[in-house]
Amino acid sequence: MVVADPQTVEPRITTHNAGAEPRAVPETLSGAQITCRSIDAEGVKTVFGYPGGAVIPLYDAIPAASFKHVLVRFEQWAALAAVGYARATGDVGVCIATSGPGATNLVTALADAFLDSVPIVAITGQVNQSLIGRDGFQEVDITGITLPVTKHNYLVRRAEDIAPTIKEAFYLARSGRPGPVLVDIPKDVFLAKAPFVYPDRTGRKSYQPNLVPNIRQVRLAASAIDAAKKPVIMAGHGIILSEAEDEFQRFVERTDIPVIYTLLGLGAMDEQHPNSLGMMGMHGHRHVNRALEECDLLVNIGARFDDRATGKVAGFAPNAKIVHVDIDPAEIGKNIRTDVPVVGDAAAALKLLVEEVAQGDHSTWRRWIQSERNVALERALDDIPETPEPYAIIKAIAEVSDREAIVTTDVGQHQMWSAQYLGVKHGKRWITSGGLGTMGFGLPSAIGAKMGRPDLEVWAIIGDGGFQMSSSEMATAVQERLDINIAVINNGHLGMVRQWQDLFQNRNYSEVAISSPDFVKLAEAYGATGIRVTKSDEIVPAIQRARSIKGPVLVEFVIDAEANVYPIVPPGASNSEMMHHPQWVPAEEDL
Amino acid sequence: MQRSHTLVVLVEDQPGVLNRVVSLMRRRHFNIDSITVGHSEQPGLSRMTLIVTGEDNEVEQAGKQLYKLLEVVKVTDIPAEDAITRELVIVKVAAKGPQRSEVIQIAEIYSARILDATPNTLMIQATGSEDHIDSFLAMMKVFGIREMARSGKIAMSRGAMPAKGGRIDRIGDGSYAVAD
Repeated sequence: MVVADPQTVEPRITTHNAGAEPRAVPETLSGAQITCRSIDAEGVKTVFGYPGGAVIPLYDAIPAASFKHVLVRFEQWAALAAVGYARATGDVGVCIATSGPGATNLVTALADAFLDSVPIVAITGQVNQSLIGRDGFQEVDITGITLPVTKHNYLVRRAEDIAPTIKEAFYLARSGRPGPVLVDIPKDVFLAKAPFVYPDRTGRKSYQPNLVPNIRQVRLAASAIDAAKKPVIMAGHGIILSEAEDEFQRFVERTDIPVIYTLLGLGAMDEQHPNSLGMMGMHGHRHVNRALEECDLLVNIGARFDDRATGKVAGFAPNAKIVHVDIDPAEIGKNIRTDVPVVGDAAAALKLLVEEVAQGDHSTWRRWIQSERNVALERALDDIPETPEPYAIIKAIAEVSDREAIVTTDVGQHQMWSAQYLGVKHGKRWITSGGLGTMGFGLPSAIGAKMGRPDLEVWAIIGDGGFQMSSSEMATAVQERLDINIAVINNGHLGMVRQWQDLFQNRNYSEVAISSPDFVKLAEAYGATGIRVTKSDEIVPAIQRARSIKGPVLVEFVIDAEANVYPIVPPGASNSEMMHHPQWVPAEEDL
Repeated sequence: MQRSHTLVVLVEDQPGVLNRVVSLMRRRHFNIDSITVGHSEQPGLSRMTLIVTGEDNEVEQAGKQLYKLLEVVKVTDIPAEDAITRELVIVKVAAKGPQRSEVIQIAEIYSARILDATPNTLMIQATGSEDHIDSFLAMMKVFGIREMARSGKIAMSRGAMPAKGGRIDRIGDGSYAVAD
């Protein structure tokens, strides 16, 4: 999806070939019809939206469009459903909102897509052009507001500009480093008529993503890799975005380098692959962060050195030379000094790299890393206490679904437990809000994922806090009769904040206890199925029952209110300064 | 080392482009000391001159971020030794009686031009480097500056060709390969 059709980067030219068949006279359509036909021309199957005054003309044209429209209950969740759709399919997600509050409700989700490089196109209505700048009813400057959270945005002023603008918007959203693009269309432009021709090419001279890396840099990277004694690969979202999972695995198997994952890199390769070590960073596994501390070479492929992954920059991989493969040149050296930058698409870079590197054998180094596992904790995970242990819930979902399901999460403790113990097998099956940490993400992204991949089982793992932010989308899931399973991990608290207050604020619990409705009754009120689990031996049967029921099923897991995520790197500390579970400390640190 | 950089940014001449450039600099915490915008030699392209103070790597990061704006065609960080920079200033100076000829004499020293005169004031235009303008203004201050308008800097690198040496590396890996 990242690799551009070379034709599309040519300047926009309209030629009429003398030898070609004469073109039919273009149809004259309204701006609204042109918008729908353009979305159809991009092959979009589903859009998520919410109507309103400025988009009434657009909604007038939607019934005749080929794409399906899913009516959400709040615009922010429309955009996050588009994010879920995009991340599950690799295609561009689309959302529609009206002007003013409809448009501003998209902002959080656009920021989410911007930070996690997710290709979405948002279409917003705008007031009539004669009212722009006059504080008309439901007028906001949405292109101004979204400037810092979109890859690009447009205000379309003429109906004949709609098709080329939407063409360019989709191209920008999916090419290079993907991201959100917003197209703002005034009501009078939806109503105006113009001939409809969907352009077959687009692109600008000033926009040329660097797809194929410089071979000189690839060779420098390869010789660094060949020379390293204790190398580690840091796998990022870029591998999944460029659909480079196969090339990545080939590269890993040739070099025999152990792989650690960023939060969004999970799924770049099967976590049960012998070279996979699991997630790094603030809640990374103990042996992963120990490997970072010891490694002499870090090969970052498609990650941006986020602070939750690196910890304190000065203490990050202190002995390592850094190779950084990224499609965005601005990421090179932004956060972490880089010794060998390789700027290009991950798939293209890996294809070149695998040819340049020698067959490696790092079995001794990999054995040492395995010896650094927190065995005490891992053994404890097999002991099942009576109250559902969050780890046991996550592992049960993974096992029962054979790790084939798409799992979306919300933000907080349940997200980290999931990242640690799901053991993600494939790319595009792990959908979580990484950069922005958007609460409320879990349910709408699951709706989007299921619309995009109806063939796959979908689980949303959500906390009781996050669920209450977007629980209105239960109605959307029921209206669309979506087979999604929602695991609400209920500890009666905003758990991650409570954990920080526990560990770093002297247990001064401030505004973290949160009540909930009866989730089972709530699910039933929406017309969905509700199941409550309060004992460990009910976990697996409940998961199996949820999978067998048609339509949305909510399974509430009541867990210990004070369960924490371990290990945790305290804020501002190096990854080496992990705090471990007080009961299950790694043997050599148990002094 | 913190130092002043002269960034010449060629942008597509489209609505909102100045806003995009300035907004990006603000968002990424880069401080702009001076900015000017005008036409370039190429139709459809505007030329912005940004004076930015910062560490070399910070300014390089600013350049790379600028390249991510769709309208930005080229960013050049002109090295101080190659840069010819000019500013324009217009001042209205208090000048009556015997002071009048003194002001005119000093203006001549600075190759400044008298644009307008009233019984009590003279309006004078001066162009030159920042130091030249600063020094001229220091002299004018003695007589009393009533009003002043300063343009901000425009810059160009020496030599026959457009600046290459100071070109911000758009690719970021030491090669300029695909940029042109």
